[in-house]
Amino acid sequence: MKQYANVITAYLIMFTLIILVGIFQSWSLALTILNYCLISAVMTIGANIQWGYAGLINFGIMGYTALGGLAVVLVSVAPVGEAWKVGGLNMMICLGVIIGMVFSIRLSLKKINKSKKRNYLIAAIIIIGILLLRLISAPAIESIEAVEPAKTGFLGGLGLPVLFSWIAGAFLAGGLAFVVGKVALGLRADYLAIATLLIAEIVVSIIKHEDWLARGVKNVIGLKRPAPYEINLQQSPWFIDLVEKFHSGKLALINSVSEKQEVLNQLVIDASSVYVKLCFTGLFLTVVIILLIVTQKALYSPWGRMMRAIRDNEEAAGAMGKNVVKQHLLIFILGSAIVGIAGAMMVTNDGLFTPGSYRPMRYTFVIWVMVIVGGTGNNFGAILGGFVVWFLWVEAAPIALFFINLFTAHLPETNEIRVHLINSAPYFRFLVIGTALLVIMRFRPQGILPEKIIKN
Amino acid sequence: MDFINAILVLLNYTIIPALTYGSQLALGAIFVTLIYGILRFANFATGDMMSFGTMFAVLLTYYFQSLGINLGIFPTALITIPFATFMMILYMLSIDKFVFEYYRIKKSPPVQLAMVSVGVMFVTQAIIRIIIGPADRTFLDGQKFILKASEFKEMTGLNEGLTIKSTQAITIVITMIAVSIMFWFLNRTKTGTSMRAYSDNEDLALLSGIDPKRVVLITWIIAGILATIGGILYGLDKSYRPFVYFNNMLPIFAAAIVGGIGNPFGAFLGGYVIAFAEIFLTYAYKKFFTYILPEALEPNSMMQLLSTDYKFAVSFSILVIVLLFRPSGIFKGKTL
Repeated sequence: MKQYANVITAYLIMFTLIILVGIFQSWSLALTILNYCLISAVMTIGANIQWGYAGLINFGIMGYTALGGLAVVLVSVAPVGEAWKVGGLNMMICLGVIIGMVFSIRLSLKKINKSKKRNYLIAAIIIIGILLLRLISAPAIESIEAVEPAKTGFLGGLGLPVLFSWIAGAFLAGGLAFVVGKVALGLRADYLAIATLLIAEIVVSIIKHEDWLARGVKNVIGLKRPAPYEINLQQSPWFIDLVEKFHSGKLALINSVSEKQEVLNQLVIDASSVYVKLCFTGLFLTVVIILLIVTQKALYSPWGRMMRAIRDNEEAAGAMGKNVVKQHLLIFILGSAIVGIAGAMMVTNDGLFTPGSYRPMRYTFVIWVMVIVGGTGNNFGAILGGFVVWFLWVEAAPIALFFINLFTAHLPETNEIRVHLINSAPYFRFLVIGTALLVIMRFRPQGILPEKIIKN
Repeated sequence: MDFINAILVLLNYTIIPALTYGSQLALGAIFVTLIYGILRFANFATGDMMSFGTMFAVLLTYYFQSLGINLGIFPTALITIPFATFMMILYMLSIDKFVFEYYRIKKSPPVQLAMVSVGVMFVTQAIIRIIIGPADRTFLDGQKFILKASEFKEMTGLNEGLTIKSTQAITIVITMIAVSIMFWFLNRTKTGTSMRAYSDNEDLALLSGIDPKRVVLITWIIAGILATIGGILYGLDKSYRPFVYFNNMLPIFAAAIVGGIGNPFGAFLGGYVIAFAEIFLTYAYKKFFTYILPEALEPNSMMQLLSTDYKFAVSFSILVIVLLFRPSGIFKGKTL
């Protein structure tokens, strides 16, 4: 128990902070923060098994998150029949062409010896393939995007329950990671970082600009939810009864019937939003706990020991007969798949898919700060990092505002410096996050909860 | 005649913009490559550092304009270059002193320094946004065009006009001057030689009595000058917006790696490779082909290889291809 003391203290402090937000700001906000903390925790688990277990630096988190989000659209949205009718066949042929390209490239890589000729052949396959794709898809894309452009204008999804998309997100992200890993994992650490960063950028720009796929920057709104809708809750009698029971003491104090009804209505509205968020919290918590158990088990299994050995000394691990390349690829796929789940969870939570909002700052670098601050190689640390940094990210602005008001209290309301500072309060979050990273890197490079090696 | 018109179309819409954009990227890429070659880490704060220098140029331009100081037909921003550069170098040196020096002395692995530079990136972004805000700003004044399309048409009687914006000419001229001075310095002076020696082999350089502190100092100064100039030129040509500068880091990295990281000349050319590829692959050639082909063959479509939305994706794809087939870059840089 004693060895977990610091873990428990750290988490207790974190939850106290969230509860304080609930008391001082609102419970709805506290739950929003908690949900996002849990999503961030999933992302950091993914990044941590890549960086902490294997020492692979993946700056492409944004790309996998976006793919996870895309999965939600592709799985849960109802198919747009009209669009399928006008362009579905062509798009299917395109898919076939792409598969054909991949197989013919693989075949030529396998069957023909390494030579200039092979390179030319592959280049020819790619160029012909791209020309074919453009030729086939161009009219289809145009007609798909013309189908009610204000509402649909895309192929839609499969119309399955939204929870399936979390799994689909993992597969999509894992699939991309397989390709990226095959291409880029041989690079040295900082080149890998740059390459993954740029590949993620390519992925996001494709999602942004291929409107037939997921409406691009026009966004998909009103996605399905695994939780009830507030409006339905507010009308269902069992929920109103529940709220009435919960607040019976408070309601008993009010005498007038109409006033009582009014207060109850307000309470029901508040409670419905809290209830929905609690549903999400439950789902997210389940995912986090399952992932935590699995990753903990993996970390202390022979496989985990092998990964650490590879991380600490690739040559030695290779000399012991471990297949470094294969293990790197495996862990790259696993980590990215987990990030994909997080991406799907996030879009499910928001109920909308906004490709324009995927920016490397928010979805790659902040996640990295989480991992570094929390503790590389320690799952509890990574999750804690997700909580701490997300909390800072959200609460930095109000806290900064408080301090600005405190320090400029002696200045008049219209003082230019004061007004300017108050207007720029949101940007203090970058300052807080950056400083946190620099301080941790300098004075506690292992993170808040350092990696623990159990020797038996 | 049609042939000249076709060439003019290309000049107007691809070659001159690509040269301008390439010069801006080249300056940034040399900055990245110098830091990588001598301080040995990938600086993720590149874009924001350029933005930091430009911010001072913007603010000083506004200040000078309010004082009524200007350069006549040239943009006022040109006077601000020395001041902005000075502030930038001060900032870089203090960042180096408080942040990077510690890791350099400890001989931390490059990845750790790269992570630290992410922290610097956050802090720099915060400072920029707190001081100047995230809004889009233009600070170009003076004469906008050197050669207007209508004037050119009148002069030559051709169908197509040639437009040269003053920012384009200024960018190309200043880049050439700055880069030539830098190469002269690196190749001809004693300090430059010692920097190259330090970049090639740190231990041997130390053994032959090169002062590492001096090398680092000079590196930051040169990097600061190039980064500020690059940033200001980009801002003059397009506009100044902090987020765009952060994003520009990506093609700049691509240029540095394509040219062979650690190799300043490679980075210089890499900038143009990226710029030309981005613009040539996303330009719609319809007009060009209508001039050059006989009427019967005139194209109906836009003749565009990729939509302009994929401008960035082009440079990244080039980078990925280069990394795959020639990881040391087109012009032999440091081996990976």
